[in-house]
Amino acid sequence: MGVLKEDRIKILKSIERDSKVNPKELAIRLGVDETELINEIQEMETEGLICGYLTVIDWDKTGDQTVTALIEVRCSPQRGQGFDTIAERIYKYPEVSSVYLISGGFDLMVSLEGRTLKEVASFVTDKLSPLESVLSCATHFILKRYKDHGMMIARKYADERMLITP
Amino acid sequence: MKHRISEVVSGLKPSGIRKFFDIVSEMKDAISLGVGEPDFDTPWHIRDEGIYALEKGKTFYTSNSGLMELRKEISVYTERKLGVHYDPAKEALITVGGSEAIDLCCRVVLNPGDEAIIPQPSYVSYEPCALLAGGRVKIIDLKEENEFRLQPEELEAAITPRSRLLILPYPNNPTGAIMERSDLEKLVSIIEGHDLYVLSDEIYSELSFKGDHVSIASFPGMKERTILVNGFSKAYAMTGWRLGYALGASEIISQMTKLHQYCIMCAPTTSQYAAIEALKHGDQDVEEMRDAYNERRRFLLHEFKEMGLPCFEPYGAFYIFPSIKEFGMSSEDFCTDLLMKKKVAVVPGTAFGESGEGFVRISYAYSIESLKAAISRIKEHISALRAG
Repeated sequence: MGVLKEDRIKILKSIERDSKVNPKELAIRLGVDETELINEIQEMETEGLICGYLTVIDWDKTGDQTVTALIEVRCSPQRGQGFDTIAERIYKYPEVSSVYLISGGFDLMVSLEGRTLKEVASFVTDKLSPLESVLSCATHFILKRYKDHGMMIARKYADERMLITP
Repeated sequence: MKHRISEVVSGLKPSGIRKFFDIVSEMKDAISLGVGEPDFDTPWHIRDEGIYALEKGKTFYTSNSGLMELRKEISVYTERKLGVHYDPAKEALITVGGSEAIDLCCRVVLNPGDEAIIPQPSYVSYEPCALLAGGRVKIIDLKEENEFRLQPEELEAAITPRSRLLILPYPNNPTGAIMERSDLEKLVSIIEGHDLYVLSDEIYSELSFKGDHVSIASFPGMKERTILVNGFSKAYAMTGWRLGYALGASEIISQMTKLHQYCIMCAPTTSQYAAIEALKHGDQDVEEMRDAYNERRRFLLHEFKEMGLPCFEPYGAFYIFPSIKEFGMSSEDFCTDLLMKKKVAVVPGTAFGESGEGFVRISYAYSIESLKAAISRIKEHISALRAG
């Protein structure tokens, strides 16, 4: 088991790239025991180290119109709680897909999925801005996704090497 | 007109790999495990430095030996990795790939009739370079039962009074073999006893999967008689940049530099600037690529074991070298057959010397997905062969 703990990062990196990887195959690739690998993954799920498994989708290809916005939020921290309470109030909205505390010119970076521009706009004006500690919002709409979760979305690259080289 | 071609040149055998390449390039939709170069792109920060050098107008010749800053970085790197110090001013030469360094080295240390000892299977250019330098070639046929490592008895048996140069190609292309410290140790006294030079081609030094790579140059007394060849192609995925280097005694390097000055002038300037960045900030890239290769290596070995094709465990470069002797075909026939029937290109072991007969070189410089696709076709092919 001791050795396997050191392999945790390698396991995590592998399943971060490909969460559907076959455990048997991954065990062979990493040179570890398959049962131990499965146990280790389960353990990391229980510990909350692995929070879930996602799929990267190029929604543009579905023809389904969605709008993603990145919203810079400036807000005033609360005594004893910092930004945690306000962040929680924001991330509980299901349309919010991520919330980060940011250093620099503003405090929270909120990303938001909506079906239309209007839907996003009304979220900002009706829900986000009125929150007591929110001082200001700047909303940016995503026009094109080039790379997401480490994957090239915009363009695939072909293998241009010659078929045989010494 | 009747062309009068040099007899030496026309007498050279065409590279065995070339012949196979011609067949493969005719095939559409063939999938290949035949490539001897990384599948990774050069890491972006290295490419970016090349672009920046162009933007700043660094488009002139460098000194013949190469940029001093690059030679200094190579010296630091070599000391850090191998524990051998080279004076960047006198003991380093930047070349156009490791290939040029191999050529220069042969021409500098061989007199007409001197013998170069070449263990095979190995890279295709040692033999022609030695011959073009006027030397003669003594081949050592390495054995699978020794995991294609050079044995002291084999070396001893190959030595004659005309022996001058030993070529030591480890980690090895095409076998994937390595030489560990204990293997090299046994060669040192023989090399010294017979006063040989060693051309140590360590281009795959960063791709060693069993402990750190050890150089013959790091043994006491060996630095002065070793010409160490390395480069950026394999470690940093920079094949197309054409950049390598030679390290060795100033007496040798200065003569190599003289030839380089007449034939080449200097290695490409853009590549040299990019290489400085590679050496300064490329450690993590190398490690990540090495880990990826190692995963594929384990995966491929496992798959071949499942297929029942004997294969020793190779700990270096990015090749495995399974035996196909059970099918009673020559390597070339096997590869042609596999290509025609299943459209998978692998390279016959004989492209790297006669002792490669009965083996094929399979490269794992491919994504796991590509490997899987090729493996399933090879599996089908082998079952069909066994079913007769």
